[in-house]
Amino acid sequence: MLKRTIEHVGNRVIQAVWRMGYAARFFVTILLHSGTAFRRFGLTIRELYFSGVLTLVVILVSGLFVGMVLGLQGYETLQTYGAEESLGIVVALSLVRELGPVVAALLFASRAGSAITAEIGLMKATEQLSAMEMMAVDPIARVVAPRFWAGVISMPLLAALFSAMGILGGYLVGVQLIGIDEGSFWSQMQNAVDFERDIVNGVIKSVVFGIAITAIALFEGYDAPPTAEGVSGATTRTVVTSSLAVLALDFVLTAFMFRGIG
Amino acid sequence: MNKTVLDFWVGLLVLAGIAALLFLALKVGSTSALNSSASYEVVARFENIGGLKLRAPVKSAGVVVGRVADIQFDNETFEAAVTLRLDKRYAFPRDSSVAILTSGLLGEQYIGLEAGGDSLKLKAHDRILITQDAVVLENLIGRFLYDKAQEGAPQ
Repeated sequence: MLKRTIEHVGNRVIQAVWRMGYAARFFVTILLHSGTAFRRFGLTIRELYFSGVLTLVVILVSGLFVGMVLGLQGYETLQTYGAEESLGIVVALSLVRELGPVVAALLFASRAGSAITAEIGLMKATEQLSAMEMMAVDPIARVVAPRFWAGVISMPLLAALFSAMGILGGYLVGVQLIGIDEGSFWSQMQNAVDFERDIVNGVIKSVVFGIAITAIALFEGYDAPPTAEGVSGATTRTVVTSSLAVLALDFVLTAFMFRGIG
Repeated sequence: MNKTVLDFWVGLLVLAGIAALLFLALKVGSTSALNSSASYEVVARFENIGGLKLRAPVKSAGVVVGRVADIQFDNETFEAAVTLRLDKRYAFPRDSSVAILTSGLLGEQYIGLEAGGDSLKLKAHDRILITQDAVVLENLIGRFLYDKAQEGAPQ
């Protein structure tokens, strides 16, 4: 009984480590086979449409609403200190530094990441990937790498659009609805937001999130058991794992980027 | 999916993303860090800088003319050596004075630069001689109490 429990634990650990190593090797293989994704850029453009353009509406609408909520909540809190003119700072800094990259990444994971996993998982289940190999077409170069680079390219664009829409939403609520002075809204924002410290760091974050989400989604799809249940389980795992990865990576990146600023 | 339709939408996404980045860079943020080619550095020594921080603004007549680039402690004179990076467009007389001031009641501290009357201008790596320290609230209250006590004392 005890022996079997120990064997069970050992088996789980070995499985987990083996899968991690497999994922790392898969990631390196994607990078090594990326040549086709750029030589035949049409393939990547096709994937940019599916993962980037189709996510656009979700990103724009939720960015607008997040910004409007920030405007309302920020005003509620700031007016108790008589500092409602600083609303622009609150909205812009929280969007550009954190909410823009993180929320856009979570939406991207659930909208585009799950689609990538389901697509590749189904390609594997219907043996399309094996068929490609039979025809001497490398499925990693032809199918996986273009999707990877499309995700990495579209993520920072989507995060920037999310932040811009959010600031617009905050402006609509703060200036047009509540009636904060327009000049101080923008000028205080410009004084507080620094290009290198805030905006460039936000873009770096979203690039890292893009790499993490698409790599996880592609791996889960490629590794999915070739059954209907296997594909559905892999899709769920993609959303859960990549959301957790985004939040954990965000903490690590924030700790590196903003620790030394006093 | 038609290839031109695909190209159109992806192009739109990329252009919109770049436009959003430009909006963030130009309208929302500002590149407050003066690059070294368009600025010059001068040093000022203070006995106490209070809560002055790196990148705090240097203002003259209320206009931001530079930023605090570096704060060091001089272990020989036991003073704070503050390096100010000033915009090259503005030149100040050599006998200008700097003071550490506070914006508003609870606001952050900045450096006020008051122009002097000398005809020679400050050059790079010059030292500003006339400085005024930050006001420390405890010292101020202490002096006030001391003065009050002196008033009440029998002559």
